[in-house]
Parts: sequence; C-alpha cells; structure tokens
Amino acid sequence: MSAATVKRGYIRPLDIKRGRIDLSHGAGGKASAQLIEELFLPALDNAFLHQRDDGAVLGLPDFDAAEGRLVMATDAHVVSPLFFPGGDLGCLAVHGTINDVAMSGARPLYLSASFIIEEGFALADLQRIVQSMASSCREAGVPVVTGDTKVVEQGKGDGVFISTTGVGVLPGGVDISGRNARPGDVVLLSGSIGDHGVAVLSRRESLAFETTVQSDTAALHTLVAAMLAAAPGSVRVLRDPTRGGLATTLNEVAQQSRVGILLREADIPVKPEVNAACELLGLDPLYVANEGKLIAVVAAEAAGAVLGAMRAHPRGLDATCIGEITGDPHHFVQMSTSFGGRRVVDWLTGEQLPRIC
Amino acid sequence: MKYIDEFRDGALARQIGEHIADEADPDRHYGLMEFCGGHTHAISRYGVPELLPPNVRMIHGPGCPVCVLPIGRIDLAIHLALTRDAIVCTYGDTMRVPASDGLSLIKAKARGGDIRMIYSAADALTIARANPQREVVFFAIGFETTTPPTALTIRQAQREGLTNFSVLCCHVLTPPAIVHILESPEVRDFGIVPIDGFIGPAHVSIVIGSAPYEHFAASYRKPVVIAGFEPLDVMQAILMLVRQVNEGRAQVENEFIRAVTRTGNLKAQTLVADVLEPRPSFEWRGLGEVPHSALRIRSRYRQFDAEHRFELNYRCVPDNKACECGAILRGVKKPADCKIFGTVCTPENPIGSCMVSSEGACAAHYTYGRFRDVPIVAAPVHASAHATAQAL
Repeated sequence: MSAATVKRGYIRPLDIKRGRIDLSHGAGGKASAQLIEELFLPALDNAFLHQRDDGAVLGLPDFDAAEGRLVMATDAHVVSPLFFPGGDLGCLAVHGTINDVAMSGARPLYLSASFIIEEGFALADLQRIVQSMASSCREAGVPVVTGDTKVVEQGKGDGVFISTTGVGVLPGGVDISGRNARPGDVVLLSGSIGDHGVAVLSRRESLAFETTVQSDTAALHTLVAAMLAAAPGSVRVLRDPTRGGLATTLNEVAQQSRVGILLREADIPVKPEVNAACELLGLDPLYVANEGKLIAVVAAEAAGAVLGAMRAHPRGLDATCIGEITGDPHHFVQMSTSFGGRRVVDWLTGEQLPRIC
Repeated sequence: MKYIDEFRDGALARQIGEHIADEADPDRHYGLMEFCGGHTHAISRYGVPELLPPNVRMIHGPGCPVCVLPIGRIDLAIHLALTRDAIVCTYGDTMRVPASDGLSLIKAKARGGDIRMIYSAADALTIARANPQREVVFFAIGFETTTPPTALTIRQAQREGLTNFSVLCCHVLTPPAIVHILESPEVRDFGIVPIDGFIGPAHVSIVIGSAPYEHFAASYRKPVVIAGFEPLDVMQAILMLVRQVNEGRAQVENEFIRAVTRTGNLKAQTLVADVLEPRPSFEWRGLGEVPHSALRIRSRYRQFDAEHRFELNYRCVPDNKACECGAILRGVKKPADCKIFGTVCTPENPIGSCMVSSEGACAAHYTYGRFRDVPIVAAPVHASAHATAQAL
C-alpha cells in the first residue's frame, strides 16, 4: 500500500446546533483539540493562538525582540479532591502556570490568580490552599501580583476553582516550540510518569486505595534554565505532559512538527507502585497526568549534555532518553514494546480521569 | 511488578515465538479466534502479531461486552435517565457506546441525565442508599465475569429492603455465543472464516470452569485453549493450539491453570443461578438473536428488575448501514476492511460499538495496530542519534 492510498482520517465537525459539552472536551485529548480548532480558534483567531504551544510568545511595541520577548500562559485548575498526597489545588495552580510559561524557554516573572469559590466553603480550607500557593510562589521566586475573587451559590461550583495566568521573559534567540522537532532528534523525559494522576485518584471518594505515591507537582523553570544553559540552541521542544499524559503530549508534538516518534517502552520510567495502581484501575501510565515532569526534544548531538544537566538538577535526577523523532509521514507515535512487539501510542480518547488538574 | 512482569517477559516471548514458527506447518494456515476482548486488547497492546509467523493469524471474536450490546439496550438506559428521571449507574466503557438519535450515555449526561460511572456494582448500591428519594438503576453488562457481582448486589438490596434500586440486566453468556459462531453459515458452510481453534476466555473461565467448552470442542472438532490475559499466556496458548491442530486433536486445554479449574467457582455459579435465569433469546450486536445467550432476573427478585419495574419494552434498532461491526464480531471481516474504519469511525466518534471499548477489535486495531495498514517507516539511523541512544 502506498502512502497515497492510505485512508485520510475524517473528524466529524462539532454539531454546534445540537451538541453539548461533555467531559471528553476537557480531557486534553482529541475532543479538546477539536473544540479549540472549530470553536475557539475561528472566533479568537490571531497569529499568537496559532503558535499552539503551552504559552504564547508575544512581541511588544517599542521593544527590541532580539533582547527578549514576552511569554504569557494561563491555566484553570479544578482538581478534585482539593488536597491529595504530595500537594493541593493551591500549589498545583502555581506550578501548572509557571511550567506553561517555562516550556517556551522563558523565565517566569509574575502570576495572577482568580478564585471561583462556592458559597459555604470552609475558610480554613481556603486559607490552607492560599498558604500553599504562597509557599510555592516563594520557592519558585514568582509572586502573585494581582487577583480576583468570585463566589457562586451553593451547588454551582465544587469547593474552589483557581485560574492563574503567568508572564515571563524569553531571552533573544531562544526558539522552543512544538513545531521544531526534526527527524533524528531524541526525546528526553525528566523522570517517572503517572505519579500525579495516581496520587489524586488514590483520594477519590469512589476509589480510595492505599498508596505511597505522591504527586510530582513542582515548578520546572529552573530545570529548563539548566537545560538551555547546557546546550544553547539544541533544545527544540519542551512540554509538560499534564492531562492526557505522555502519550497525548507526544502526539501533539508529532502533529505540530509533522514528524513521527518511536519510543522504547523499556526506557520509560514508571514507579512500581504507579504501575500497580494502573493495573488495578485498568489505566495506562502513558495517559496519566504529571505535574512536575517535562519532555524535551533535543538535537541528538546535544542529548548527552542536556541529559547531564537534567540529572544534576533535583527535578531531573531520573531523566532519561526514551526515543527518537522519525520522518513517518503519518505522524504516528509508535513504541517498541518491552514484550518485543510494536504498537501505536495514540491520543487519549474520551475521559478516563476527569478533574485531575 | 511481581506476578505481572513475569508474564510480559520479552525474552521468553521470543522463545515461544520461535517454537511456534518451528512447529507451524508452512504449508497450512492457522486461523485462531480469541473469543475474549481481554485477549484482543493484550494482543494489540503488546504487539503479539509481530512475534507470530505469517501463517498463524488471530481472528478477533465477539467477547467484548460493550461491543455486543445492541443499540436498543443503550436506548433503554438513556430513556431511564432522561425521561424517567432515574440515576443510571454503569461501567466506564458503556458510557460512550453510540445509541439512537446520535446519543450515548455520556451525551445523555451532558443533556442533564443523572448518569454515573462506577467501578463496582457495590457502588450502585451505595448511590441507592444515599438517594432514597430517587430511583437508582444499575445498567449491568458483561459476560460471566461481571455477573456474580450483579447477583450479589440484587441479593444485598433485598436483604436491606431497598425500594429504590433496580438492575437493567444485560448479562450475556460465552458458550452459546461460540456455538452461534460455529453454527453461522460463514463458518460452517462457506468456510469464509477458517477457524481452526479458540483461545478460551480467562476471567469468564474462572467463574464457569473449563468444562462448558468440552461439548463444542468435541462436537465441532475445534480445539480450545483457555488462556490468561497476559501476553505470554496468549503466546503459550497459540503454541498449544498449533500443536493440537498439527496432531489432529480437538480438546479443551487449560493454559491458565493458576486460576481456572474444570468446575470453576461453584459458589459464584450457585449465587448467579439463585438470582438470574437464562432468557429464551437475546439480541447481540453483530450476531442477532442468539437463543439462551443472556440472563434475566428471576421472578422472585422481580422488584429489582428495571425492565419489570419501569415496564420497559425492548425495541430492536438496526446498526448504521455503513458499519461492519457485525461481520467483524463474527470474524468475517477485519477492522481495516470496513470502509468507515479510521475515517468516519474513530474512538472519538465511534459509529460502531467495536470502536468503543479498548477491548473492541476496531478500537484495539486503531489504537495500537493501525501502523500495520501503512508502510512502516523506520527510525532514521542517524549515526549520531544512534550513538547517543547507545551511550545514554
């Protein structure tokens, strides 16, 4: 079969007249991508949105781009439960947005935070969440400089939702984007996958299982800085595999860069207790959310240097190379299984874990 | 992970693969049907076909509970949620099965239906206890594996005197479905589906034992090897089937001895027989009406039977005309033979039920194996990339 005879995928357009939002539209998989593509992008269309990265790189009037550009990213956090092993909504809201800014290579500078709080929410819990935000901000050196508070009637929210926006500065000459992967590059991963999702799930009312797994939630901007310093110009793509997990993030990169990716299952670190929980729940760790990990696509010749810098940083101790970029015209992410076979690693379909971040 | 990694060992898999290649007669083809969706999933996820010689072909069977659920049954559950104001509880995969009017349970939920995904039948009872003012219906699906928990739930509800709980019972049975496939004209008369043997279900057999397969292994002269759901189990079962075929045997063999006995779980069987009884006939998606192939709630537990309680009338709804799920479930066609596979019908927008559950033949092939339908593009052997990968 030649490539020309391969059936083209057809995505049924959104049914604007009769359709409704369902949970899969928020899962970060293909349904989310379609919603953005067909509803948000046409309405809000501009060149910045078309960058399609976690944060937008912006020019400023009267500002020399060679000196630096502004990066802006935003992220809403609706995790349930609000407190989970290794973290809570507050630190998640800080880390998530700092990481989105950092994935463009920028240095995050300031955050804003808006709170949507449900009537009746305990002040003690709110204080605990805000104090956690504060200590995460201090640790990251990125303050919350403006905010907003809204309260909705009981039953119209679920405790508290936090939306944060971050801005940062991207040094001149740095070009990191999901579009930049090239055949022959290697894919690096900063550590074990699935920790956050399993930690949150373990505290869900309907599941509640005993585990020692802690969320990996952490700010990654200093890790990024160390990687960029180790091999200037060689880091092409940075992403944090949150919702939809490693699999979905890599599919986005393959799609954006119009390349294929070949992974080696044996090289992808998964903690035994995360694996065990996934077996039990019928989940694939490749699709489970992370909040303190990143993937990097790096020029092959710089991989050693970047990996060295990652392993020297506390957030990248277990960093490893998990695969290569290929020239696959179908933009498949594939994986050599430890078992000796080969399979596609597809986008997340549907919604297996609502409200994981 | 202990007791799991041992059954996913790549080196052992290669060894068994070599044995299969050695022992398979190059002058003949081996068509082996894995009945169960759990095997379909394992075969695709671990890339088992790569380890098999080209003349040993796996045929996906109908043993995916979500896939064989006809549209009319999903419609009943949606009806209960949207027009009868019941809380409908069901297992995750059932949520996305396409029903009439472009709906599915997940879309009905977005339209205001109170539909809850549960992990265990007992969760449905918990929801019923917590909502005494509401009708709570457990939409129960699955083969013999999930049947005992449903029966237990009904008994428990009776013991507690719950008056707001009922079950929409759509449990189906494995052996009648296999017999139905063997009796289908494609297999029996036309030889379109050359089935030389079956990989028997793992978890179903833990409950029913290996004895129920003996009848058709003997009458239809088809070997059956019951296998666990790990990829090495599947490889070993394929080797055992190849040997049976070569030796002209048609026996029931048990590869899954760590869990399956000849008689199965008698306690579970007694429980199921107390609460449930065979239906005279049940519609399967793809197979049509299959006699004595499903279970309903016995009359002494009638107050927990949603069909009785809500006076539901089952209405048969034909599948989408372009959908080949029927032929795929019978092993007559492969997923890629379907015109809408991977184009209009994808896991995001399933037209047919085989595209819904990861155990469905189409979803498994789409999600894990569709690169086989296109020329494989090898990773570039960049000298530097290769060297780096080695060094790391």
